[in-house]
Amino acid sequence: MSTRHILLGLLAGGPSHGYDLKRRHDDRFPQARPLAYGQVYTTLQRLVRDGLAEVDGTDSDGGPERTKYRATDEGARELAEWARQIAPPAPFVANEIFAKVVVSILAGGDPDAYLRAQRAAHMARMRELTAVKTAPGADLATVLSADYALNHLDADLRWMTTTAARLTTLTAEVDSA
Amino acid sequence: MSSKGDTSVPLLEGRDLGKAYGRAHGRTEALRGASLRLDAGEILAVTGTSGSGKSTLLHCLAGIVRPDTGAVSYRGERLDQLPEKRLSELRRTEFGVVFQFGQLIPELTALDNVALPLLLAGVSRAQAHTRAGEWLERFGVRGQSELRPGEMSGGQAQRTALARALVTGPKAVFADEPTGALDSLASEQVMTALVHTARESGTAILLVTHDTQVAAYADRELRMADGAVAGAEVTA
Repeated sequence: MSTRHILLGLLAGGPSHGYDLKRRHDDRFPQARPLAYGQVYTTLQRLVRDGLAEVDGTDSDGGPERTKYRATDEGARELAEWARQIAPPAPFVANEIFAKVVVSILAGGDPDAYLRAQRAAHMARMRELTAVKTAPGADLATVLSADYALNHLDADLRWMTTTAARLTTLTAEVDSA
Repeated sequence: MSSKGDTSVPLLEGRDLGKAYGRAHGRTEALRGASLRLDAGEILAVTGTSGSGKSTLLHCLAGIVRPDTGAVSYRGERLDQLPEKRLSELRRTEFGVVFQFGQLIPELTALDNVALPLLLAGVSRAQAHTRAGEWLERFGVRGQSELRPGEMSGGQAQRTALARALVTGPKAVFADEPTGALDSLASEQVMTALVHTARESGTAILLVTHDTQVAAYADRELRMADGAVAGAEVTA
């Protein structure tokens, strides 16, 4: 994920300082890794360097002085361009699960047992995410983020089910290669 | 939650269940030695591909069909050996059942559909309607009380069917693909309502589904393949 574009997106609502941007990022993307303060400030400095953001003064609110930033017109254009770009659909995923199934066959292991265990781990994570998104008071950002993860885990599971059903053929193919 | 080696009496237990349909030619063995236990208040998902025997397993456990071999026990009592009259009474008072299509009576309003099991159990009409209204409220379809099934969305009809399944305060609800005919948002609403209500009332649910996102609402999952339980996954 592009931190600079996410920060530009958060700045689109108006000037803000680094601490506030970090807090809003973590609220808005609850399942993402929280942003480190250092990363926020480094990214803001790069945005200023590239003419995409500029300093909008300072405030202190009685505490230490904090620099506020705002997006420039150039920054707004850059953000709009990024938001329009289609993310490339990954046609062949370099998938660890697939690699482990093949390696397991090559090494005379038990790919079926591995798939069952992997399935159990996926289901356990799906139960956690379902509990998170159906908890009373869950906000929409949390629900959408859990939905995204659930749908991807679900796709993995469907692939694992089909693969388990095809293991005999796959084993013959790998063995004869 | 259940775990292997648990010696307490389960709410419901099936042991080595076998069931075949048809005659000698074209005979289908739907169940081949399937076993499971369901504890009080537990939500258990039974998953598997089409034809894996999961619906037949549900029917045997709910006392809808009798297994050819094996034993079904409800609170330690052999369900598969009960006379039909006692079995039917047990199904009416202790069990609730929901299928893919709610089986609501098309001529009756949502309120009358939900009140029906109470009326059959001898509850007065006024009291049955009050309780039915409360259950429609819990499933978020109180506003549809006066609608007939054909006038409701699929999700509303299914939530009404769930209210009907739970209105008698059953100990166990058997749900066979309860969201099978719904889109993902309606499915989410139905499952959230079912799980929250079951947790509140301590009702156990046996949930048959081919959808892993629906199975993820359960406490644990049993996978079926070729009429038997393929992999038991025990979860905290």
